[in-house]
Amino acid sequence: MSVPSGQASVAAKAVRRPRSGFIWQLMGNRKAAVGVVIVLFFVLLGVFGPFITADPAAFVSAPHQPPSSEYLLGTTGQGQDVLAQTVAGARTSLAVGFLVGLAVMVIGAAIGMVAGFLGGWVDSVLSLLTNVFLIIPGMPMAVVIAAYLRPGPVTIALVLIITGWAWNARVLRSQVLALREKDFVSAAIVSGEGRARIIFREILPNMTSLLMSGFISATVYAIGAQVGLEFLGIGDVGVVTWGTNLYWASNNAALLTGAWWTVVPTGLCVALIGFALVLVNFGIDEISNPRLRSDPNWSRMLKRNKLEEGLTTPVVRRVGQ
Amino acid sequence: MRHLLKNLGLYALAAWASLTLNFLIPRMMPGDPASAMFARFAGQLQPEAIDALREAFGFTNEPLLKQYLTYGSNILQGNLGLSVAYFPATVTEVIGTGLGWTLLLSGVAVIISFFVGTLLGVIATWRRGGWLDSTLPPLLSFLGAFPYFWLAMMLLYGLGFTLGAFPLRHAYSDTLAPELSGEFLGSVIEHMVLPATSIVIATLGGWMLGMRSTMVGVLSEDYITLANAKGLSQPRIMFHYAARNALLPNVTGFGMALGFVLSGSLLTEIVFSYPGQGYLLIQAVRNQDYPLMQGIFLTITMAVLAANLLVDILYIWLDPRTRAR
Repeated sequence: MSVPSGQASVAAKAVRRPRSGFIWQLMGNRKAAVGVVIVLFFVLLGVFGPFITADPAAFVSAPHQPPSSEYLLGTTGQGQDVLAQTVAGARTSLAVGFLVGLAVMVIGAAIGMVAGFLGGWVDSVLSLLTNVFLIIPGMPMAVVIAAYLRPGPVTIALVLIITGWAWNARVLRSQVLALREKDFVSAAIVSGEGRARIIFREILPNMTSLLMSGFISATVYAIGAQVGLEFLGIGDVGVVTWGTNLYWASNNAALLTGAWWTVVPTGLCVALIGFALVLVNFGIDEISNPRLRSDPNWSRMLKRNKLEEGLTTPVVRRVGQ
Repeated sequence: MRHLLKNLGLYALAAWASLTLNFLIPRMMPGDPASAMFARFAGQLQPEAIDALREAFGFTNEPLLKQYLTYGSNILQGNLGLSVAYFPATVTEVIGTGLGWTLLLSGVAVIISFFVGTLLGVIATWRRGGWLDSTLPPLLSFLGAFPYFWLAMMLLYGLGFTLGAFPLRHAYSDTLAPELSGEFLGSVIEHMVLPATSIVIATLGGWMLGMRSTMVGVLSEDYITLANAKGLSQPRIMFHYAARNALLPNVTGFGMALGFVLSGSLLTEIVFSYPGQGYLLIQAVRNQDYPLMQGIFLTITMAVLAANLLVDILYIWLDPRTRAR
């Protein structure tokens, strides 16, 4: 998969400007491509699925019926269709997940970049704030804040943003600090470019991969933490989400009556989307840090030629890859 | 030493911030523990009693600053207020019954996960492109993508419910009384296997991948080449030269990760009805027991801060460079 696409891009170089954009590079990476496909699948499921499946809240059959041809994933402890609940849960959980991921990334990036770029006392104050938020454990804090607010997806989103922004801020601050010392930034300052232009035109484009992986890990965090909080009963237990599905399953003692089908689909969905997002992040990491590429072609070539793996990392790749 | 002092300041600030947060949130939001309590005993309490209850929970009409000072001095005396759900027990007493179990469970799980994960990372990186290196990272990150408590539910169902190999709930057998005997300790360990395993499975990938990415960098350092040229044995290079230096960032991560692990273990405890903080937390959520929720938040925060301090001290011992300055 990766070899032909690599050759294709080499061939394309001969005729026109190669597709060197970040997205194209990403899609050329096998891990990232698999991840993107899975994420797209779930997004489509969340957007269009609820129109196809039955009403998730309707009581359709006897409780805790195992999967059958009529109800493909069985029924819950309240006689609802598990398939419909899982699909409807995808919509709410993914919407909250992606929105929170975006908000966390934007807030974290803004605070981290301002701190890194301005330096001085602003940096000291913001870094201190970031570190304090990083060290206070998120879930108990989220519970304390959410318990006083009206339960529902908005509260969950708000709480997740409050407890989640700090990590991105720290990562992006250190990246800005590193970039600020680079020659091209000094050149931009010397040539009299404005501060905003330096931030947005010179520094920001160099952080695309970091911003993207920040957004992705924030989304993974948001989906996981949201499911956790709702499982605890912090959310609005009347709204169908992945978290409340598990909450009701646990409340109806699903596992102790052997009704595994109420728990497995939701958990698999959460894990699959999380894993897919992590795969995309691996892809981004490998593109921006060549040392991490564990190169199957390289080790195959070594084996074929009966060579020992050297101790240095093969950063330089063979022609044609 | 400067590093340690700086972090000590940070921890003090974080402790103060979480205390203040705990004080402010209930006073900023609508609803308070006294009203919740009043609603719980609907009809059984005289309306006059609500003022007495407010007083008991520290929600008086005094100026905010005075309330804050009272709150501060109460905290310093270990007085976290009264629990709503376990009224008239104090929050401190209630938490005291659970804290030890949580620390035991998550402590054991974190330590096992850290050592096994780091070791796997070292070995996988040492044989780049080998089967361990190509199968473990994706497998472990897939497992790590599951919510802790969901893995716990699966283990509960598979190994506990279907096979009956392990007990389904609680921290020790109901027929035993807590004592220092082999039988009791055996029961505690038996009850800990499933919850701890679910936490270990969920966190193993993080340690392994963290170790792998620093180890990759260390392996291309000159001193590794030199060690090879000197003809040192491979295990010696692997552990004494490479792993020891690659370990440092992972140790920093250890402190940071404790908060996440403790948060995750709270949910795992709920699945197994393990009598720790998580079990108390869900009781608190169900009964709208705000003082207990806040108490759990505070104790968990303090535990994380203390653990971070320990990690800092460990770091000074591991990394001579921090001692020089």
